[in-house]
Amino acid sequence: MTVAPAANFASRVRKSEADEQLHLRLIAAFTLLLVAAPFFVYPVFVMKFLCFALFALAFNLLLGFGGLLSFGHAAFFGSASYISAHAAKVWGLTPELAIIAGSATASVLGLIFGWLAIRRQGIYFAMITLALAQMIYFFALQARFTGGEDGIQAVPRGNLFGLIDIGSDFATYWLVLAIFLGGLVLIHRVIYSPFGQVLKAIRENEPRAISLGYNTDRYKLLVFVLSATISGVAGAAKAIVFQIASLTDVHWSMSGEVVLMTLVGGLGTVFGPIVGALVVVLMQSYLAHFGAWIVVIQGTIFVVVVMLFREGIVGVLARLARRTL
Amino acid sequence: MFELLGISPYGLFGQLLIGLINGSFYALLSLGLAVIFGLLNIINFTHGAQYMMGAFAAWMLLNYLGIGYWWALLIAPLVVAVIGVIIERLLLARLYHLDHLYGLLLTFGVGLVITGLFRNYYGSAGLPYPTPGGLTGGSDLGFMFVPTYRVWVIGLSLVVCFGTWALVEKTKLGAYLRATTENPVLVGAFGINVPRLITLTYGFGVWLAALAGVLAAPMYSINPNMGIDLMIVVFAVVVIGGMGSILGSIVTGFGLGLIEGLTKVFYPEASSTVIFVVMAIVLLVRPAGLFGRSG
Repeated sequence: MTVAPAANFASRVRKSEADEQLHLRLIAAFTLLLVAAPFFVYPVFVMKFLCFALFALAFNLLLGFGGLLSFGHAAFFGSASYISAHAAKVWGLTPELAIIAGSATASVLGLIFGWLAIRRQGIYFAMITLALAQMIYFFALQARFTGGEDGIQAVPRGNLFGLIDIGSDFATYWLVLAIFLGGLVLIHRVIYSPFGQVLKAIRENEPRAISLGYNTDRYKLLVFVLSATISGVAGAAKAIVFQIASLTDVHWSMSGEVVLMTLVGGLGTVFGPIVGALVVVLMQSYLAHFGAWIVVIQGTIFVVVVMLFREGIVGVLARLARRTL
Repeated sequence: MFELLGISPYGLFGQLLIGLINGSFYALLSLGLAVIFGLLNIINFTHGAQYMMGAFAAWMLLNYLGIGYWWALLIAPLVVAVIGVIIERLLLARLYHLDHLYGLLLTFGVGLVITGLFRNYYGSAGLPYPTPGGLTGGSDLGFMFVPTYRVWVIGLSLVVCFGTWALVEKTKLGAYLRATTENPVLVGAFGINVPRLITLTYGFGVWLAALAGVLAAPMYSINPNMGIDLMIVVFAVVVIGGMGSILGSIVTGFGLGLIEGLTKVFYPEASSTVIFVVMAIVLLVRPAGLFGRSG
């Protein structure tokens, strides 16, 4: 009785290490694919995918591993988008500083939202984040610098570090790719760190984690701020790529979209959000001529996934391969 | 006094009346959410769409079938409630054994589908609905002008709210309901058909939302997006009040409507966000909500 669990534990550690090795190989292969991508595919399209994939990865870190459903992540994505656009256009900051300014704003916002929202749990948490994000939406609608319905347009891409001109899509691509890979590796690292393991414990059984002496609120707040910051990086990069920040970025439907990406790809999987983001971005561009039907289609996908396909694409693949993906 | 504050009594009382009107809708909608949450443990993200459907159902009855306001007040909420019951039986009922998160995501998706369909067929521009005969016009009280229809809306929503309170707290059906909230297995063991009770409860919550929609039809332009923004505010109202008590929902709804109205008079820029600010303050001071139990 005493030996079996220990052996079981050792084999689980080995499996976890094997999984991590597999993930690193998958990330390497994916990197090669992305390096080749702009030579075959329109770079702006790939950059859009990368920005949303990073956004979904950040969201999944919070929901899939922290067990916290935020329905207000557009606030972080959108506010970072606005601030970096404003910083690049009005303050004349270089792109990397503009992105840092946007992400820092998202961090601070995440700290405030998280500090308020972790006081309640479950669906209250979702409602609070949604309501707080709506406040940011109204702010963006009314504030002078955001340009109201027009948004901030014609944001200059500028020179990276003040030296490298990233005016062309091709040049911007490498910056976005570097940001995305940095984010992916960071999130992967967090998931497999002791911090990530504690998060999982809290998700599975919070009272037990508390009884083991963990200050669960501090863990939840930290993962919330981390998720908000990375969402901010994604939003800021998006503003630089498309040279625009608009109300779409802070609208609740953006919060819904990131939930959809994560759900379709596979909630709580490592790579699911990337696949989900690809599906949603592809859908948006191929179904663009359907106009308002896209909302109906997205809603239908929500219903179908929740009713019949809760594991998501990568979740199913992982089950078939008997690995953690 | 009014001269000192630099506002006219017409402006002040006019905004307070609008505040009470908004409060009526907050109360009806948050009551519906609370009733559904009490038994199903899910937050109904379709609520805003169902409110919108109520308004559209009234409009369709008038324009396609020539059925006027009074019959619409009776028929439209029932039709929407039946659709709600179908959604519950067909979809929601299959998710009760899972994490409540999935119920939330499902109702969000259903809301998107409904809103999107209406947007495709009716566009985003508003449709007009005439004020019903007998409730047009209003009276000038000397310090404010009171449109008759608005008085009717506030009156009816008060009646419905307190009727709901009486139904849940004072009747036998309400006793079953409260018992099921506490312990569904035990109530089932006593021979009560719990799944049917759950279905009826969902239908009732939807009925309340659709009724609010019919009431809103003659006042606001009817458009597919009318429900969602309102619903997000109602979520904040629910967080402020807590969903534990029915009277709490009513008081919070009307109270926040008034606060919003006052903000419109004294600091109009903040009127769209004041409820969210109140929510943040309540979370700091009383995390469980004003009338809520912890959870």
